[in-house]
Amino acid sequence: MANSSVRLGVDIGGTFTDVVLETGAQRFSTKVLTTYDAPENAIIDGMYQVCQQAGLEPCDITQIIHGTTLATNALIERRGAKTALITTQGFRDVIEMRTESRFEQYDLNLNLPEPLLPRQMRYTVAGRIDARGEILIQMERDEVEGIVDHIIAAGYETVAVGLIHSYLNPIHEELVRDVLAQKAPDIMVSLSCEVSPQMREYERFNTVVANAYIKPLMKSYLGRLADRLAGEGVSCNIFLMHSGGGIISIENAAEFPVRLVESGPAGGAVFAANIAARYGLDKVLSFDMGGTTAKICLIKNQTPKTSRVFEVARTYRFKKGSGMPISIPVIDMVEIGAGGGSLAHVDAMKQIRVGPESAGSEPGPACYGRGGTQPAVTDADLVLGKLDPDNFAGGSIQLHAKKSAQSLQSVLGDPLDVDAATAAFGLAEVVDENMANAARVHAVENGEDLSEYTMIAFGGAAPLHAGRLCEKLGVDRLLVPAGAGVGSAIGFLRAPFSFEANRSVYMKLSGFDADKIKTLLSELQNEATGFVRNCDATSPILSEFKVYMRYAGQGWEIPIVISEDQAMNPCRDEFLTLFEAEYAKLFGRSVEGMDVEITVWAVNATTPPEPVERAVISSNAGDPTIASVRDVFDPALSKFVASNIVDRKTMLNGETIGGPAVIVESETSIIVPSSRIATRQSDGCIDVTRNDKGTV
Amino acid sequence: MTHSNVAYQVMWNRLISVVEEQAQALVRTAFSTSVREAGDLSAGVYDVDGRMLAQAVTGTPGHVNAMADAVAHFIRRIGHANIYEGDVYVTNDPWEGTGHLHDFTMVTPSFCNGNLVGFFACTAHVVDVGGRGFGADAASVFEEGLYVPIMKFAARGVVDETLVRIVRGNVREPDQLIGDLYALSTCNEIGHRRLIEMMGEFDLVDLTGIAEFILDNSRRATLERINALPRKSASGEMTVDGFDQPIKLCVTLSIEQDRIICDFAGTSGVDKKGINCPKVYAKAYACYALKCAIAPEIPNNAASLAPFEMEAPVDTIVNAVHPAPVALRHIVGHFVPDTVYNALDKILPDVVPAEGAGCLCNFQVSLRPSKDAPTGSTARSEVLTFNSGGAGARPNHDGLNATAFPSGVMTMPIEATEHAGPVIIWRKELRANSGGVGKQRGGLGQYMEVGAQAGYEFDFQAMFDRVDHPANGRRDGGAGAPTTIAQDDGTVMRGKGKQFVASGRKVMLALPGGGGYGDVKLRDKELVKRDLLRGYICAQSAMDDYGLSQADVDDIAMIIQNGGDLK
Repeated sequence: MANSSVRLGVDIGGTFTDVVLETGAQRFSTKVLTTYDAPENAIIDGMYQVCQQAGLEPCDITQIIHGTTLATNALIERRGAKTALITTQGFRDVIEMRTESRFEQYDLNLNLPEPLLPRQMRYTVAGRIDARGEILIQMERDEVEGIVDHIIAAGYETVAVGLIHSYLNPIHEELVRDVLAQKAPDIMVSLSCEVSPQMREYERFNTVVANAYIKPLMKSYLGRLADRLAGEGVSCNIFLMHSGGGIISIENAAEFPVRLVESGPAGGAVFAANIAARYGLDKVLSFDMGGTTAKICLIKNQTPKTSRVFEVARTYRFKKGSGMPISIPVIDMVEIGAGGGSLAHVDAMKQIRVGPESAGSEPGPACYGRGGTQPAVTDADLVLGKLDPDNFAGGSIQLHAKKSAQSLQSVLGDPLDVDAATAAFGLAEVVDENMANAARVHAVENGEDLSEYTMIAFGGAAPLHAGRLCEKLGVDRLLVPAGAGVGSAIGFLRAPFSFEANRSVYMKLSGFDADKIKTLLSELQNEATGFVRNCDATSPILSEFKVYMRYAGQGWEIPIVISEDQAMNPCRDEFLTLFEAEYAKLFGRSVEGMDVEITVWAVNATTPPEPVERAVISSNAGDPTIASVRDVFDPALSKFVASNIVDRKTMLNGETIGGPAVIVESETSIIVPSSRIATRQSDGCIDVTRNDKGTV
Repeated sequence: MTHSNVAYQVMWNRLISVVEEQAQALVRTAFSTSVREAGDLSAGVYDVDGRMLAQAVTGTPGHVNAMADAVAHFIRRIGHANIYEGDVYVTNDPWEGTGHLHDFTMVTPSFCNGNLVGFFACTAHVVDVGGRGFGADAASVFEEGLYVPIMKFAARGVVDETLVRIVRGNVREPDQLIGDLYALSTCNEIGHRRLIEMMGEFDLVDLTGIAEFILDNSRRATLERINALPRKSASGEMTVDGFDQPIKLCVTLSIEQDRIICDFAGTSGVDKKGINCPKVYAKAYACYALKCAIAPEIPNNAASLAPFEMEAPVDTIVNAVHPAPVALRHIVGHFVPDTVYNALDKILPDVVPAEGAGCLCNFQVSLRPSKDAPTGSTARSEVLTFNSGGAGARPNHDGLNATAFPSGVMTMPIEATEHAGPVIIWRKELRANSGGVGKQRGGLGQYMEVGAQAGYEFDFQAMFDRVDHPANGRRDGGAGAPTTIAQDDGTVMRGKGKQFVASGRKVMLALPGGGGYGDVKLRDKELVKRDLLRGYICAQSAMDDYGLSQADVDDIAMIIQNGGDLK
């Protein structure tokens, strides 16, 4: 990137559209309200604000990187286009029958989420591929033409094609596309063998349906956005952040819009990964807590952990299984209903429960004084002294501690026979434990020990809870970066151009075929590289190879990273050794004498990461200015303790404050528990570490 | 609430999270499709006395109570003095485990600083355990497969190779079964590690305090619910197909101040074939049914389950004793909730659903090359699938289509099933017109068609019911459609038992629908139109059963033609 580069990062979230402009070393940012009817309006508005701050014009911008929740919201709110599914005869109801199970076993009145497409919009055609990829029944072009005629007459805008075992042999899905292209070139087509070439029909079909369903909307939005920006004099390229944490061209994004789902949180993970690189940290837990949810992600070797499937639009208390599965390369994170606005109540066992219901911004937590009567996490934080009622959100919202105390007393305190402060302590402990549990489970599923990790916290509510979370998880170090309020948008500017291509092909190690592997991985490499080349004509492109392996007969694979050399000169014993080591690490011991198989092959093509300027670690430059002292509850000590209050703006490089303390800024406050000390680093990060006493 | 109560609450949540991790580890390392794809498993943590403290929500209700009781049997059989760090215990005893030889239960003692502090247990359904193979045909438990009494799988960390060799030598898929046994022991190990971390963090030397906290709170909450019910007694019954002759299930519910008793006196005696149910498994489903209706959100543990009691005369089909054949005990077990609800409905109206498909509609296919096999292959394979009919309609909701109730298992993806052997699933989709009519419609069953790759023949192990006894509706709701089974050339097949299917033939299945709820005349016309639009019912049924006019039917046909929807 040349010195003259002027880059704009734009993150459209549910409430705010965050806009960040970087010119060399300088950064300008703003938050404007998201304009649902025409999301591009907020972007234009925000763009002018940051341009004005920087003294630049839109035509000076050299690159725009954009991420958005629009795709996610369209799926949640069912605002997609008129979509038809063409599927294999005998399998019309795969997306409706789901797993034939109930995700909540004790609710007699449970209802399952409706599929994206009702039954009358799902069409079947004869033709069948088997589990070896061979054709059992040939698909007849005449029959496909008949269906396509009907689809044209019925006025469908977009068609998803999902056929059994198409990930092994795409020939029939391609035939359907040919017929559609010939008879109705204006109808958009999505093939499951391209959108999500993975085994398991429910996940694959659902993914291709989701892609087809949001494609017209996203294509139209991206087209309008490009036009609007051009109209304002912007002449640079526009790229999109995808759910896997990389950037793709606007054309590829319009073709595979399902890959834009959760691009905002992915940007947050990239943001954290960049901080990790700056500090040379190989094991990082990113913790992003906003108003309604908390997101937790593992970042190893400065790369966010990725996965091949996730669930969007959960309908029932964020419960696993209550949403729809989308199988695409995605940054692997857990999201739970725990944010500043999450509401608390007491259940039948006299236990405090928190979330996932949220107070939102209206009426908001009780302390907003807008009629909220149920206590939220923010109310507990206020009563525990973690927030300054006169200085919340830069003083723009006056908080009412009395209202918080009243709601805590009546909803939690009275049924449990405790005072408001104890109720607040209970509430905060429960929400912190919920987040800690989510992090623990996530770590275990990945065979990781969190005590070796550093936490990076961002999002409005995270700094209030991160210190306690570190205590609970045995994490010794916490970084709270500057600009944490617009972390995702900054993350967009740090993301490489990247695309992951993957395919399900089964191969047992007993039938190891080095030539076939070489060919397959080369094909995937070419495919993935092509996407990246679309974005960047000159940069070198790196390839990361991954194979998913398991003992033959198991159902769940574990990812094994292989080097380019291992990919191009595949050796059976090497693959086996890598697998056994990883398996033993995850599950304690490997299994003797079993054949091992490879099920999925993946190549991620990416441009090299921007060089990162290492942070210079400062320490012991003295004490910061203490603005005031107030009582803040320390849960590890189970009591209120007198805490120093420091204004983040006045803290100088290397200044250190011991806990208990609160470092306040306009958007949030960093709680430094009694067990920690906090140092300001040269890049503005607050570096919170265990103190010498080290006791929790 | 004192501060220590806050800490106990945190620990309780943690234990629930620990057993969930334990269950997930099992799903990820298991070999049998029944475990890894369908979730036919259970995992829990126990105190030193064998009282269950927490159980994973991943899993299926049949294992709940059964496994809750199992750990006490292990402690008794192994003997306190013989329990060492590094031990792992195993059994597939139907009466001391979870009801049939196909369920292996493993128990691992958990030691902290050299002291026994509790146990982890888990159960999983394996695809094959030798004998006649999974099915109803055995005349006694001795024919149903290898029996492993409660014993050590590993002693002080060393796996018993003799046991492993005996197991390997007696089953059709030895790699798979041994892999599953390792997966079970791994999952307990994962639970143990997390527990020890938690004890370190909270400075615990034993689980006494947290156990009392969990059990006291759960007991009190459960008793409050029971106390709020009318102190009444009522009876219910249900008749299902059985193997050769129908089975009558009878129950009398008595709600007392501090307990609910389900007495199954009057129920049919044990059957000659393997559809009998050990009491432990029937009790699990009786408790499950009552918990759903009365105290759904109270987590499962020894105290929250204790007030639900079950009695049944010995040698009734819900209390079959050794050596009765019990392989398909799930069939009777899965019908227990509907039977209990037929009684509970008389005490608590407007709460429970109509009868549903009830038992899972499972089958196992044993494939082998036919004599005219072109490949000359000799490979044999066992493929088990779990499938569901329609659930019963609820007082305010339609029944769920093709969804398991009361079982908690999932179906396997057909693409995964076809990788398990040369089986071809030609069809798996909803069965129109199969939901019982009513104000709320019963859930739809499904069609399946099952064949094999060219050159293969197979034995089809049928495990279906509701062929002659479809699910009854409630409060004037209509019955669901019955099960039908035949080959594609019209050859008749039985609902249960092993049956030969020649190369090139297919088995054609129509799985049953759930019963309807309430008078069909009261059904919202918009819902009838929706059902017709989606093809849940045909035009004839819309007019004849639900009174839709010809004009409405024509309107719907037009919407379909135009690719539209209602609203």
